[in-house]
Amino acid sequence: MPNNMKYSLLVFVDGVGRKTVRAVEEIGYVSSLLAESLYWIILGKKHKQAVRVATVFQEIMAIGVQAVPIVSVLNLAIGIMLAIQGIETLKTFGAESQVIIGIALSVTREFSPLIVSILVAGRSGSAIAARIGSMLESQEVDALRVIGINPVRYLVSPLLLAMLIAVPALTILGDFMGLLGGALYTSLQLNLGLAVYADRTLEVLAVDDIRQGLIKSAVFSAIIVLVGVSNGFQVKGGAEGVGKATTRSVVLAISCIVLADMVFTYFLNR
Amino acid sequence: MNNALPTGDVEHHVDYAAAPVIEIRDLITHYAERRVLNNICLNVYPGEIMIIMGGSGSGKSTLLRHMLGLHQPTSGSIRLLGKDITRLSEKEFYALRKEMGVAFQGGALFGSMTVGENVMLPLREHTRLDENTMQIMSRMKLEVVNLAGFENLMPSELSGGMVKRAALARAVVMDPKLLFFDEPSAGLDPVSAVELDELILRLRTAMRMTIVVVTHELESAFKIADRITVLDDGEILVTDTVANVRNSDNKRIQDLLHRRPRSEEVDADEYLHRLTR
Repeated sequence: MPNNMKYSLLVFVDGVGRKTVRAVEEIGYVSSLLAESLYWIILGKKHKQAVRVATVFQEIMAIGVQAVPIVSVLNLAIGIMLAIQGIETLKTFGAESQVIIGIALSVTREFSPLIVSILVAGRSGSAIAARIGSMLESQEVDALRVIGINPVRYLVSPLLLAMLIAVPALTILGDFMGLLGGALYTSLQLNLGLAVYADRTLEVLAVDDIRQGLIKSAVFSAIIVLVGVSNGFQVKGGAEGVGKATTRSVVLAISCIVLADMVFTYFLNR
Repeated sequence: MNNALPTGDVEHHVDYAAAPVIEIRDLITHYAERRVLNNICLNVYPGEIMIIMGGSGSGKSTLLRHMLGLHQPTSGSIRLLGKDITRLSEKEFYALRKEMGVAFQGGALFGSMTVGENVMLPLREHTRLDENTMQIMSRMKLEVVNLAGFENLMPSELSGGMVKRAALARAVVMDPKLLFFDEPSAGLDPVSAVELDELILRLRTAMRMTIVVVTHELESAFKIADRITVLDDGEILVTDTVANVRNSDNKRIQDLLHRRPRSEEVDADEYLHRLTR
């Protein structure tokens, strides 16, 4: 092997090694963050340092309630899109009316949690990273610590709790809007009444389908918070650093969500 | 002697006979491989205003962060009010936090809360007072720093000097025994800076606090200090009274006092070697 090739191979291996170590470090950090924030949510009261309820509600407002219009619109659009594609595909078999099953299952199990989480990652995940990053830069996190307030308890736990409530709630809304979108298009296209569509949907949908979507959305919420917070806490270098962390947290959160979705879908459907 | 005490005309509000409230012994600390602080030994006595001075990169901010327990040193001990904070459990340190107030350089007020809520936060955290009492107490402290009537504003609506004073109010709301102040005059116009100096002096007399101020502002340091510690390259050059520091014959101290850049002997051979290695 020529010498320079040997060298570049060495550099490559070295790079992979370093990245792996960093990834493992980050996973370790994120897990301890999750454990600590869950600890404060559950046991905070015992230490007379309960998670602030007012903040949780504020966050639910920002993460959930304010996202209602956009979640509704997007999921309605997804439902209509699924109906168009479904009817087109099933036409080949003359089985257009079976589209109802397809829409019902894919919306509740897949699209609603995924779309909602990606949306929340973009809206709130970035805001989390930016807020924590700038608090770190302006020494507000230090100020919390010297006052004797645990930053995880004060900043992360309320977020996690709010996210775990808001995202599944949005997912239920998304389920409804997606099904509505599908129903509107299908009933127009196939001359079905909305009531017939609703009946058929309720026939095929099991509680398990909704639950699958909700479990996923809970996992995705944790991903959004943890990725946002860990990126925020690693901010270095002023405003530019905050900007970088924000971008990174959105890209990373969405990637993690999609990958986690694949893994979960595999295990939940076995 | 490195840790000289004032002799003769001792300021009456400092008790140099008492046990020191801050006692740093052989503090050594690293950032990665680089040694940032080296063998720091420092005593601060009850009622004293100790100024820690030095250029940027001298390690003065790092020293402050160690005194606040925000970093763990590599070795050495830091005793605050008799307790070694490098060995305290989280719970014990939490109790000690009540006795410490910190005003950060940029104020570090929480942007999501009003000024009044910011000042009240330590009370909320450490006491079980009712809302009304906490409000009265925080108003009292805002009164002390001349910010009465501003409690309902957001920090973003305050000027730089007001932010620092609000931060000071938050730092002293628990009537701490120790007050730490990071760069009080940084980023302020001269008048606000002088006002802040006077405020610090007033706080010491009114509340009998021990105050540690980190600064690179000479004028402010000479005005308020009982003693000055000069830090350079992570080591203490001198700890002494204002007069003695001023008259020190240490070249590096005189450089700092007269704002001369560090004068380094340039060895031609060494320089060439550095470039060509």
